[in-house]
Amino acid sequence: MVSESQRAAVQVSQAATPLWEQALQQGEHWSGVLRRGTSLRIEALEDGANVGAMLYNFESLLERYNMADTLKAQHTAFLTAGCVCYSDMGRILCSITADTCGWHDTICGLSDAALVTSRYGASRFQEQRNDFHKNGRDSMLNELGKYGLGKRDLIANINFFSRVTVDEGGALRFHAQHCRAGDYVDLRFEMHTLVLLSTCQHPLDPDPHYHPRSVRLRASYSGPAPRHDSCRERCSENARGFHNTEMMFLT
Amino acid sequence: MMSASAALLDEIVAAGEPWLGNVERGQILRIVDLEGNQAVDTLFYNAHHYEERYSAVDTIRAQGNIYLTTGTQLRSNLGATMLTITEDTCGRHDTLGGACSAESNTVRYALETRHMHACRDNFLLALARHDRGLSKRDLPSNINFFMNVPVTSAGELHFADGISAAGRYVQMRAQMDVLVLISNCPQLNNPCNAYNPTPIQILIWATG
Repeated sequence: MVSESQRAAVQVSQAATPLWEQALQQGEHWSGVLRRGTSLRIEALEDGANVGAMLYNFESLLERYNMADTLKAQHTAFLTAGCVCYSDMGRILCSITADTCGWHDTICGLSDAALVTSRYGASRFQEQRNDFHKNGRDSMLNELGKYGLGKRDLIANINFFSRVTVDEGGALRFHAQHCRAGDYVDLRFEMHTLVLLSTCQHPLDPDPHYHPRSVRLRASYSGPAPRHDSCRERCSENARGFHNTEMMFLT
Repeated sequence: MMSASAALLDEIVAAGEPWLGNVERGQILRIVDLEGNQAVDTLFYNAHHYEERYSAVDTIRAQGNIYLTTGTQLRSNLGATMLTITEDTCGRHDTLGGACSAESNTVRYALETRHMHACRDNFLLALARHDRGLSKRDLPSNINFFMNVPVTSAGELHFADGISAAGRYVQMRAQMDVLVLISNCPQLNNPCNAYNPTPIQILIWATG
């Protein structure tokens, strides 16, 4: 019989178990698999960071992050701690267990080549080597291609660290001072998840200069959501989302 | 006012049914909310390259606004304008709320709602019958014509009572040849259809 305090101690030690760590350069795109029970901290290393993200069930890539299902289940137009990221199958890819900046956008999409060229001018590898201008959509297509995916798999993404609000008429407003160096968001994965990331600027970032920011990724073992959990208990919808997810892992 | 008798197509889609059809570049597509407060879940594909399809986030980003109405350019995942909304007697339309599904219904309402008919089942069946290789992979975030999903400045999102009414319509001009996929929404668990799904009318004219 394991006592509550022993269980808590186990959870603390597991939460502290680092798995790997790496920095993403300015403009870098990345993909990797985060297993159920692992957590990923994304930390902004500079003010004004943005991290575009797309999420897929690694065991069935047809199941993927669904912006609409995520927002309507939780009656919100943005993501923060306590929210979960739903797939299109009524299940939870990951939970947001900590968040120091309070708002992550998921309705504005990514930059593309036309936007980056018109805003910052032409830029090629030949002249600028690895500092050539990246854009969000091409970055995602690049990573998608590594798993046999492509244009059909471009989904409404998350823009971690970016805040965009909507006025009464529906007009968007980008908050440029939102993210500070050192801000972080913790994602706890509730299923084996393919994660695609791009550090390109948010498409509404008014900075007149091409200026993507670097971030650090840190994976650790956390275990999946415990019975009492702020994400699970945020709303009855999330309790049912966890039920649907956990059914997949019963043996 | 364009007359229905001059239309190339004039079809009634019953409540809860899918509809799939083509609209050529330059043609006019009108969707009529015949009885009022009916959500019409809609996706568009480039008729020659299905990999290019409607993108909610590219549409929102390009116009800097979350609501769709007259003047809105409906953008693709490759940034092109697929259709432009030229008339709108409803006032605004949603593209954040997505389509209902059996699975999302279990999350939103109750595990026991899984048996209820849903838009994504309509989409999947229409694409399977179409037999051109389109599948679940091809269901990005859609448009909900006539649906009212207000977002507050604090970031709350609600499914509110409809602002549409009997006979209101939205009309758009195709900027490329498109395949149109519609689910005339069967949702009974929220006010998007006023708890009473009803038929819609689809009209296509050669030119406007």
